[in-house]
Amino acid sequence: MDATKTRPLQFQRFDRLNRTLHILMIVSFMSLALTGMTLKFSYTGWAGVLSRMLGGFESAGFIHRGAATVMFGIFVTHLWDLNRKRRRDYEGSFWKMLTGPNTMLFTRRDLRELVGSLKWFVGTGPRPRYGRWTYWEKFDYFAVFWGIFVIGSTGLMLWFPVFFTRFLPGWFINVATIIHSDEALLATGFIFTVHFFNTHLRPEKFPMDLVVFTGRMPLAEFKRDKPAEFDELVASGKLEQNLIWPYQQVVIRTYRIIAWTALAVGTLMILWIIYAMVFAYR
Amino acid sequence: MPADPSVQRHLGAAVLGLVGALALVAVLPATVAEAQESEECLACHGDPDLTTERDGRSVSLYISERRFGASVHAEMTCVGCHMDVAGMEGFHETPLEKVDCGACHDEIQAQHQASLHGQALKRGDPLAPRCVDCHGIHDIRPVADHDSPVSPLRVPFTCGRCHQEGSPVTQQREIHQDHILENFSESIHGEGLLRKGLIVAPNCASCHTAHNILPHTDDNSSIARSNIARTCTQCHAEIESVHQKVIRGELWEKEEHVLPACADCHPPHKIRKVFYDQGMADAECLECHGKTDLVAGDGRPLYVPQEVLRQSDHAQVACSQCHSGVNVSRKRPCETITQKVDCDSCHAEVGQQFEASIHGQLLARNDPNAPTCKECHGRHDVLGRLNPTSPIFATRIPTLCARCHREGEQAAARYEGPEHDIVKSYTESIHGKGLIKSGLVVTATCTNCHTPHGALPHDDPASSVNRANVPQTCGNCHHGIQEVFERSIHHTMVGQTEKDLPVCNDCHSAHTIQRADVDGFKLDIMQKCGRCHGEIASSYFDTYHGKVSQLGYTKTAKCYDCHGAHDILPVADPRSHLSRENVVQTCQRCHPGATRRFAGYLSHATHHDPDKYPWLFWTFWAMTGLLVGTFVVSGAHTLLWLPRALQMRRELREAEAAEQREIEEGAEALDAGKMDPGEGPPGTEPGPEGGE
Repeated sequence: MDATKTRPLQFQRFDRLNRTLHILMIVSFMSLALTGMTLKFSYTGWAGVLSRMLGGFESAGFIHRGAATVMFGIFVTHLWDLNRKRRRDYEGSFWKMLTGPNTMLFTRRDLRELVGSLKWFVGTGPRPRYGRWTYWEKFDYFAVFWGIFVIGSTGLMLWFPVFFTRFLPGWFINVATIIHSDEALLATGFIFTVHFFNTHLRPEKFPMDLVVFTGRMPLAEFKRDKPAEFDELVASGKLEQNLIWPYQQVVIRTYRIIAWTALAVGTLMILWIIYAMVFAYR
Repeated sequence: MPADPSVQRHLGAAVLGLVGALALVAVLPATVAEAQESEECLACHGDPDLTTERDGRSVSLYISERRFGASVHAEMTCVGCHMDVAGMEGFHETPLEKVDCGACHDEIQAQHQASLHGQALKRGDPLAPRCVDCHGIHDIRPVADHDSPVSPLRVPFTCGRCHQEGSPVTQQREIHQDHILENFSESIHGEGLLRKGLIVAPNCASCHTAHNILPHTDDNSSIARSNIARTCTQCHAEIESVHQKVIRGELWEKEEHVLPACADCHPPHKIRKVFYDQGMADAECLECHGKTDLVAGDGRPLYVPQEVLRQSDHAQVACSQCHSGVNVSRKRPCETITQKVDCDSCHAEVGQQFEASIHGQLLARNDPNAPTCKECHGRHDVLGRLNPTSPIFATRIPTLCARCHREGEQAAARYEGPEHDIVKSYTESIHGKGLIKSGLVVTATCTNCHTPHGALPHDDPASSVNRANVPQTCGNCHHGIQEVFERSIHHTMVGQTEKDLPVCNDCHSAHTIQRADVDGFKLDIMQKCGRCHGEIASSYFDTYHGKVSQLGYTKTAKCYDCHGAHDILPVADPRSHLSRENVVQTCQRCHPGATRRFAGYLSHATHHDPDKYPWLFWTFWAMTGLLVGTFVVSGAHTLLWLPRALQMRRELREAEAAEQREIEEGAEALDAGKMDPGEGPPGTEPGPEGGE
């Protein structure tokens, strides 16, 4: 305790619930991807090995559906959390929440930032002064919403085909299979490349941005990363409320191990996908 | 009796005719009726379409004038036999009385009536033969006519109609001999008659008589023990004196009451052309061959162990029966032997099979590796296949065949086909395990599939393992499966295709055959189906079922779970497991509660066929478009970002290095005692920016 108190305070970006949900999301997403891919890429030798390691296709299916249930739970909890935040921080108004400065919805400002970013990329402008949520973070967020809706609904169809074919034609199951499988491929591919890069692997953060695990980031980094939000907080005098003591080294080290494990598993899966799609495709 | 419509139509006319005829008979003298010409009968019975109904069946009343004209009775008129028709004119009531042959052939009729057949007829036995059953009706030919059913060459077949194995007579009546016709045809008599066409060779009637057939227990029978010699000596005239020489009077001297009859040594119907060399007793052979040190000129041991011979199946066979050609008048009777032992002299049928087999063919070509009888059956120690110590006992067959057919041995070296390590594979197969591990002697061994004596390469149409014959061969044991398979689309009687239809071994393999309920087989079978049904199998592997089985798990629908195995039929066939009537039930076997809509699942769906599966095709391409689009946009974004991010990293590192330098400089200054420790470099503490 003393050791941490001697170090500088940090900015709290994510609360405990969101961090917990993210870790749960990692675990369930990885489980879903791993077990699902053994089926999708069953024609590769790796799939058989992996399936056996997971205890056979039935056990893999059990894990897959268990993880899916966890994912639905995360989704519902998040919705509940949003509702709670609405009551607590936005005087019970959805409108205020969705139009406020911290909205997850895309705004004109996001469009400006996108154009600004592109200009910055090609060297014709300065780096935009990003706020709390950048457009790519918002894209990631809604990708999950979309993914849960599309993959979840088709997954339920494949889980309970007898029930769904009471009112849907049998070939819907075939269509659901294609959508489920390809949308999952999109999700996995996107998370393990673009999301990894955007939020964890960017050279200035390399090799690891732990903010989503610890919820804390050094003030200097916060100021550099989200200058607009920083200025807003300074201006409104709320910055102080959002400062928090850093974690002890042992906690950070634990998170680092978790993060590295997830990163390694994700990267291996990407390699497997590339191998399966490019070299072993049938 | 109910009349045939055609007869009924003319009933009125017939009655009129009858009245007219009666009137004529009353007026005319009897001789007129006798003069009634056969032509008059043939006016109606010469019509090939003339029929009547008897016991609910249509019976032809047609009499061929030509055939009647060629018969022994050609000179007779119809009335000669059908006496009750005398005096009738025009139509007559059907039927006429049965013709009594005894009216002319009274002596023969008396014999027949006393015979076995006549007695049976009297008892009302429906199987008992009457005159017409052997001689025919209107077309009776003389015995000398080769077309007559009672001519010598055809008698065995005429008798055989009732006395061949499997006929109602052999099954339902007490006949003490079996396989009469077969044995006869293989006997020396049958060979003379049937193969060489010697009509003087005896036929059935020669020994049993034609009409006076009696059981051998009847003292009057031609084949009664007391009469046999007389019957045989009809042909074998001097045989009795020869016979006395054969047995050297020994039996008469020692056992006076025992007088062997011909049939004691020459079993009826099985008589073979065996030379029972004159009194060549085994003891004489054993005078020399009983000595353990007897060797041939080339060093081969010639000792014959008596105990072995006595325990063999040939214990009752004399040396000279096999080693034929001895001459008892020589001091060494065997010196006249010029031929090797010819097993065919007794085992003719087996010998013929062997000659036709690949083994026999090789032997005929003087192939040094060709096996002969003794290679498998041994020599003096020959034993039957049911004797557990015999080399041809079921459990020993694989070892026996392996002597030549094991990998590396002479037969395997000659073989060029795809079956290798057959002996090893067999021992690991379900048949081999059944035989060797479980000791089941009913399990298939080499000979069950390849036959013991008629083994032929699979490409020979006569081979038991030829494609065309495999279902039958396997069906010898798996008959239930064969019956089901014969009704499936894969059987040549059902499936109409120019391609080769599968037979048992295409799916089950030959020597490596496994249990059908083990995972390895269950998974392997899909590859087997795919060899012919390539496209449909590959699209199956695109579905959930296919993917699970591809992972190596069997608890999912595989080809045969839906299509059936041996009873596979096209989906269009109402009996198919996948027909409209059955498909829902088939799905329900794994998916309880499945409905007809559920059965609409495309279990062989592919998203590569826009015509057949437009929904799948367009869904797939829409999803692919979404994927590619997303990755292109986000990938481009990321790649554009990368140089800037690297630049940022460089600047950060430089800033950090600058800070570090400042700290170091500060520390040096501190050492010099010139600086306040409270003033750190900016950015390392929340202080100023934190807005505390």
